[in-house]
Amino acid sequence: MMMLMMQRLSRSKSVADALSKTIRHRSAFFSTSMLFDDTQIQFKESVAQFAQEHIAPHASKIDATNNFPKEVNLWKLMGDFNLHGITAPEEYGGLGLGYVYHCLAMEEISRASGSVGLSFGAHSNLCINQLVRNGTAAQKEKYLPKLISGEHVGALAMSEPNAGSDVVGMKCKADRVDGGYVLNGNKMWCTNGPIAQTLVVYAKTDIASRSKGITAFIIEKGMPGFSTAQKLDKLGMRGSDTCELVFENCFVPNENVLGEEGKGVYVMMSGLDIERLVLSAGPVGIMQACLDVVLPYIRQREQFGRSIGEFQLMEGKIADMYTSLQSSRSYMYSVARQCDNGILIPKDCAGVILFAAERATQVALQAIQCLGGNGYVNEYPTGRLLRDAKLYEIGAGTSEIRRMIIGRELFNEK
Amino acid sequence: MKIMVAIKRVVDYAVKIRIKSDKTGVETTNVKMSMNPFCEIALEEALRMKESGVASEVIAVSMGPTQCVDTLRTGLAMGADRAIHVDAPSTLYPLTVAKLLKALVQVEKPGLLILGKQAIDDDCNQTGQMVAGLLNWPQGTFASKVVVDKEKKAATVDREVDGGLETLCLDLPAVITTDLRLNQPRYATLPNIMKAKSKPIKKMSLAELNVDLRSDLEVVQVTAPPVRKAGVILSSVDELVDKLKNEAHVI
Repeated sequence: MMMLMMQRLSRSKSVADALSKTIRHRSAFFSTSMLFDDTQIQFKESVAQFAQEHIAPHASKIDATNNFPKEVNLWKLMGDFNLHGITAPEEYGGLGLGYVYHCLAMEEISRASGSVGLSFGAHSNLCINQLVRNGTAAQKEKYLPKLISGEHVGALAMSEPNAGSDVVGMKCKADRVDGGYVLNGNKMWCTNGPIAQTLVVYAKTDIASRSKGITAFIIEKGMPGFSTAQKLDKLGMRGSDTCELVFENCFVPNENVLGEEGKGVYVMMSGLDIERLVLSAGPVGIMQACLDVVLPYIRQREQFGRSIGEFQLMEGKIADMYTSLQSSRSYMYSVARQCDNGILIPKDCAGVILFAAERATQVALQAIQCLGGNGYVNEYPTGRLLRDAKLYEIGAGTSEIRRMIIGRELFNEK
Repeated sequence: MKIMVAIKRVVDYAVKIRIKSDKTGVETTNVKMSMNPFCEIALEEALRMKESGVASEVIAVSMGPTQCVDTLRTGLAMGADRAIHVDAPSTLYPLTVAKLLKALVQVEKPGLLILGKQAIDDDCNQTGQMVAGLLNWPQGTFASKVVVDKEKKAATVDREVDGGLETLCLDLPAVITTDLRLNQPRYATLPNIMKAKSKPIKKMSLAELNVDLRSDLEVVQVTAPPVRKAGVILSSVDELVDKLKNEAHVI
């Protein structure tokens, strides 16, 4: 593409030079006009430009070092670009938009870096959007502005060492005391855990009853009795910090209950539906990133005297990759649009991430195959894309749990 | 002072250009279209003037089919206050565009008209000069630096000319066309993209502006440049001489 552009502009060398600096910021043209209106297309392009300029250059190093860059604060940069509060009201610094927009941002950030995308998703959706949906005016006033500006990082914790898929079987307990609750127990695999100032944490206020005994709390970093264990060494999504949370007689005041006591399961389950929808933009972005790597490569790489992209086996691969991407994308945005219209269908929220996540792993595997020996070398991003993609078959409910949700809902419908 | 900025919708610079099969022009169906990069620079300069207090309002104008509204919307998202779309066929020649701009200038009475020096589709580099001539306004073309003095109602323009920079002082109102190094255009921020939805885009017709579309130019045919044939390596001088004699017929 670069070559073609150069040819076209060769009359004016200076134009070509200046424009070539920004060429990588322009997305390849994929037919998405059926999915979006003009404003949405512009929004997507603007986030794409931001993400390619400010996030993508760090992606490889974030993966290698298992850390966000030290020289820039990506949280603040994303905040300055108004990305954190897409679904939050404008009075708290948000944009007051819906899930289509949130997915657009999540897709483009994940395309630039899977792990920044995941951390962004946990912050902006799991934490901020849960506060927006369930918080009191006072809670929103207290926590949202700093989370939305990127000054603070947010997280959410539900899984425990022995309660993953069976999340309702959680053991972390909150005992009622004067003026609040005392939390004891552990939470596991908490995205953004090591760096979060504000965390939404689920605990049992009634350990005997299963789902009815769950309450959601807002935990602040530095609360006595709350600590984080060491950061986990993960296969992929490196740099998106994950850790265990430890509660040892941690006092949480009454005003930090999110929603009502004993109603945490509703906060959790409806939140999970939206989480699955928004996070499905992660694998969609990763699939796009795979094509961003593969398409220029197969055009340029020559074997037997011609571009490898001209071989039928290669054409078949990229056709399958493209249709996997486009079908996942279409499914996601149609569910997002429905969600914006106030209709939240759990089987579709589970369905879209089930499909997109499994496709993304396969697409990333094919991306490696298209690059052959180079695909297996860490100098190329395909290995990272595969390791990042795999997370989405596990996080936000495993593929198995998603199938269970879909199957049950279909069976129980008359 | 109002500033008017002319904006052209062109085939995106990253797209490979294809000629229509009937050779009447360039294929634009299912092709990504964007704002001409030089127009982005023109708009950016106008927005900076507004931000520095030199200008009070930035008006983006474009002419062509309905889709030009998308491009104007991009301009509004970058920060233009309002836009005017002149509904016209897609093929407009520089003189017609200059006449339309003159008519718009007479309606809006801006203190400055800024254009890109050329569009990356036809590379004409004529419109700015023509509209300055029609308006009888001073012109500073290929600007690489512009300083406006609000009190003196004048603009100092550095122009990129062969062998260096030429500095002109123009009395306002004037026409300025922008070169590549004038500035680095901003991209639209997310809140501005949302705000642009509610900014006004006025639609005007050719009849309202009393401009005749008739042109003295006619495009006869558009063709792609010939594909260069691959060279061959010959084994001897004799073979070369033979080919030059009997194949190329040059000796």
